[in-house]
Amino acid sequence: MEEHQHVVLTMRGICKSFPGVKALQDVDFTLRTGEIHALMGENGAGKSTLIKVLTGVYELDKGEIRLEGIDHPIVNRSPEEAQSKGISTVYQEVNLCPNLSVAENIYIGREPKKFGRIDWKTMNRLGAELLKSLDIDVDVTVPLGHYSIALQQMVAIARAVDMSAKVLILDEPTSSLDELEVEKLFTLMRKLKGQGVGIIFVTHFLEQVYEVCDRITVLRNGQLVGEYPVAQLPRLQLVAKMMGKDFDDLASIKSLRKHTPAEDVVISTERLGHSGTIKPFDLQIQKGQVVGLAGLLGSGRSELARCIYGTDRPDSGKLHVDGREFAASHPIDSMHAGMAYLPEDRKNEGIIADLSVRENIMIALQAKRGVFKLLSRKEQEEFTDKYIDLLQIKTSDRDAPVKSLSGGNQQKVILGRWLLTEPDFFILDEPTRGIDVGTKTEIQKLVLQLADQGTSVMFISSEIDEMLRTCDKMEVLRDGAKVAELDGDRMSQESIMASIAGGER
Amino acid sequence: MKLRRKKAFNETTFLLTITITLFFAMYIAGMIVFKNNGFARLQVFLNLFISNASLIVIAAGMTVVMITGGIDISVGSFVAMSCMMLAHMMERSGYGAIHSVLIVLLTGIVFGFVQGYLVSYLKIQPFIVTLAGMFFARGMTAIISQDMISIKNPMFLSWATHKIYLPFGGYTNRKGVLVIPYIYPTVIIALIALVVIWALLRYTKFGRRIYAIGGSETSALLMGLNVRRTRLFAYILDGFLCAIGGILFCLNTCSGFVEQAKGLEMEAIAGAVIGGTLLTGGVGNVFGSLFGVLIKGTIETFITFQGTLSSWWTRITIAALLAFFIILQSLLASSKLKKRR
Amino acid sequence: MNEKLKRITHYRLFLPLICLALVLLVNMIKTPTFFHLSIKNGVLYGYTVDVVNRASELVILAVGMTLVVASSAGTDISVGAVMAVAGAVCCYILSGGAVSVNEYHAPWILGLLAALVAGTVCGAWNGFLVSRMKIQPMVATLILFTAGRGIAQLITKGQITYIRVESFKLLGANIPGIPLPTPIFIAIIVVLITSIVLKKTALGLYIEAVGINPTASRNVGIKSKQIIFFTYTFCGLLAGIAGMIATSRIYSADANNIGLNMELDAILAVALGGNSLGGGKFSISGSVIGAYTIQALTTTLYAMGVSADQIPVYKAIVVVIIVTLQSEEFNRYMRKFSARFAARKAEVAK
Repeated sequence: MEEHQHVVLTMRGICKSFPGVKALQDVDFTLRTGEIHALMGENGAGKSTLIKVLTGVYELDKGEIRLEGIDHPIVNRSPEEAQSKGISTVYQEVNLCPNLSVAENIYIGREPKKFGRIDWKTMNRLGAELLKSLDIDVDVTVPLGHYSIALQQMVAIARAVDMSAKVLILDEPTSSLDELEVEKLFTLMRKLKGQGVGIIFVTHFLEQVYEVCDRITVLRNGQLVGEYPVAQLPRLQLVAKMMGKDFDDLASIKSLRKHTPAEDVVISTERLGHSGTIKPFDLQIQKGQVVGLAGLLGSGRSELARCIYGTDRPDSGKLHVDGREFAASHPIDSMHAGMAYLPEDRKNEGIIADLSVRENIMIALQAKRGVFKLLSRKEQEEFTDKYIDLLQIKTSDRDAPVKSLSGGNQQKVILGRWLLTEPDFFILDEPTRGIDVGTKTEIQKLVLQLADQGTSVMFISSEIDEMLRTCDKMEVLRDGAKVAELDGDRMSQESIMASIAGGER
Repeated sequence: MKLRRKKAFNETTFLLTITITLFFAMYIAGMIVFKNNGFARLQVFLNLFISNASLIVIAAGMTVVMITGGIDISVGSFVAMSCMMLAHMMERSGYGAIHSVLIVLLTGIVFGFVQGYLVSYLKIQPFIVTLAGMFFARGMTAIISQDMISIKNPMFLSWATHKIYLPFGGYTNRKGVLVIPYIYPTVIIALIALVVIWALLRYTKFGRRIYAIGGSETSALLMGLNVRRTRLFAYILDGFLCAIGGILFCLNTCSGFVEQAKGLEMEAIAGAVIGGTLLTGGVGNVFGSLFGVLIKGTIETFITFQGTLSSWWTRITIAALLAFFIILQSLLASSKLKKRR
Repeated sequence: MNEKLKRITHYRLFLPLICLALVLLVNMIKTPTFFHLSIKNGVLYGYTVDVVNRASELVILAVGMTLVVASSAGTDISVGAVMAVAGAVCCYILSGGAVSVNEYHAPWILGLLAALVAGTVCGAWNGFLVSRMKIQPMVATLILFTAGRGIAQLITKGQITYIRVESFKLLGANIPGIPLPTPIFIAIIVVLITSIVLKKTALGLYIEAVGINPTASRNVGIKSKQIIFFTYTFCGLLAGIAGMIATSRIYSADANNIGLNMELDAILAVALGGNSLGGGKFSISGSVIGAYTIQALTTTLYAMGVSADQIPVYKAIVVVIIVTLQSEEFNRYMRKFSARFAARKAEVAK
């Protein structure tokens, strides 16, 4: 790195735990002026916890944060306090008020005043000058909501910079932008870098990291993996570090599959697409086949699952179920077509927290049967007990509210809910996230069992080895498009990670 | 660098344009239909303000609360309570007019504070809080007195009946008497209140914070604004404006009784909504609400001029207009959401 | 001992039962004749009969309100006005437009059905606004809350329409030979049918699921819009039934007074019944007990010389207290406060 750069922020030995989870263990992080520093890691790596500790959303348990120009460790108690010290954050969801004008959004809370009243003229002039200096071309008197998300984000950045930011945190700012908009954002970031601002860039898009960043810090499972200059870390190695595999011990993991799937195709998609998330996608799933969707977060793997199941409606392409064209207007249609879907977000989309274990298990089958054919209490209890037994759900009582169970057991309840509907095609989106190792293995075994019984499974996971163990075929996604389809011997950690990383570096 | 600007379609101005056009269209239509009844006279127009002075102020308060994303359905009952308090204090308890007015204003502030505290600090749905407030104030009116009390306090009556003649617009009627158009002080108070609130919303930090928390509460919090206190003050301001509205109402009727001002809450909400205030908060303008109120007044004038229609037609028309504008807002919002995707 | 106490206080119907007991206790002390029953001409008389009888409309409304609250976390404030509309429609049909009649102008059953249809249509309108147009429930129902009585007056041409036919009064009074007033039975039938439908179909489960987590409910194949639409429509139908009872009691359609202030009572009954106004799990029996409690309270207040106009003050205060106790913020304050108190106590002990 260049000589005139100096360290603006250091975080040393940061620890933070939540009940039952060590979110950060002894993490170090260093930011220099005039650099764009990528913070990378898969889900649960601790990226957002680190950011939240830095900005004062969470209190840290141990460790110290030092900021240039302050000769003692700093403690932030709130985002405002962090901001007053020069640490500003811009989030993916723009945290500005869409109903206020652009200029107002930049100056709210510190409006220029004249004779005790807000001086709109000066405010608009200052705002226009500021944005012009950053090459952002907008009419500052227009409500912010009339501009695209990209522009709103740039206005947020302008606000942050204007409030004297030494450290600018961009938390996944590019997730909802198109390529052109991303390019413009990068131009702005480079400009700020030139002005000496230190930028922390949280993202999961590899291309973007290599395009704009100077350094990368990788976290995994709450621990620091390392800090590397971009030039010294090829993509493949970056992916390996994020996924926790070193090439030295890349012993091939054996597939546990014994049966081969039947020939008949259960699900097939023909250029299925959803604007902004998935590019036209072709996919075929055979009866009794386990298909894995690999890719980093935001690669479109969950979105594809949602489009097939019908929680999101695809904008283009066709979906065939058992050879017939199929379009769901509501998930119930997909359920009648034999589908089941375990969503990624268990808390918000999976469990119905206040209902009992029994009700959570029987509800999908009940919905399939229709409102008037209520399962008798006896049937309900039988089914519940069967799956409590089969999946070894640990609950005090079948009528205990499901929210009183641990995460792993809640996940099993949802599994039981869908198994009860005897699906032909089961979509599992991150079924093992946040679950203890024992349960993970159980779930993997269950997937294999299901496939052996003829159920087709779509398996989505961030952990490649568990997919290698269970899948017959892997689709690798990057930026919403299929970049590789691997099966048989071509399926290995190395080939998958190479596909995820892409490029020839 | 040049970034594409989203289509400069502003739903606020759109709704407001509809409202203002609607008002003038209705008024001109009235002038044509009731040509022979003197609808076109300036006094008829001024009467819109005279009979709706209190509603103009209350709708302004409602607008403030609705911009924060809340609502206040206690206003009608509170007006009844204010009138009853004034009547009772002046006629039964021997208070002077000035004292009575001050006590009512203070009551408005306290009432607003309690409702505001429950909404902003205890996070109870504004609708539930103000629904309770509505029943509380109406019941309180009955507790003060169940009679109909007419106000005979000379000072109060002199305020109420003091005509202010306009220097223009006079005409000679059929009997050859010169009729000069006039207004009451209530109109002036209402218009002053309106301008003050407008300036408050536009030129003070407090005013802008009200818009900010209505636009996005989380953003406002992250930008370091004190959301709770701002919301509390918005309700206090609303309570104060309701008290002014109550006094103006009383100056118009010069009496207090339990059944007074029933359904005023919907007229105020309708005024605000028709005037372009979004139910979801963040957008609104007191002058828009003024036009909303004037539309309601025009409908009332129609019904009076028409002569055979009963008075509840006003309420039904207002409700229909409210429904229309609410659905329009909802459709606009969902089409905007679709565009985003 | 403490454990046991905790279990009792956490029992769902604890709050409503305690409130009911409290009100009854006050009555027992204040009016010793409260529990006296007497039979005159084969009809049972007494304070308690009166309370149960008068509570019938409220019980019916509370059932509908409970489902609305559970499915949408909002309340229907138009129920009182819808009662008036139903009454007006019925009387208009039975009187053929006259102000007062001594015999039916149309079959009685036609008037009844028309009233129920009117209630259902009003409910469907609310349901449409809430579920399809995504308008906040209170704003959506506010339209009918104020316009409803205007519509009712329009139907009755602003006059109180009397139906002076003996059989018309049966719905609100005693059927000859039966010692208890009819409204009691209607309320019981409504509660029973609703409970049976909720028990024998998956409807109750769906309503709770939609109220707790609409996204997850959608994922398991429940059509939440339809469920919400249904609860509002059903609430409208029940308001129609309640309106019929109220109309029959005074054998006339009084657009201004039928169902007056009932919306607050109904919401209060739901909250008092231990149901969260935030939606989700619900208990019909809790709301029913809540409704009887409120009527007992009302009767008590009447007995204490409080007039009908003044009663809302006390009910408003009770509502505010209950929602404050339910409020998460309040509970957080209390926890903070008690933690600080405990800390200080520990310090003193040192």
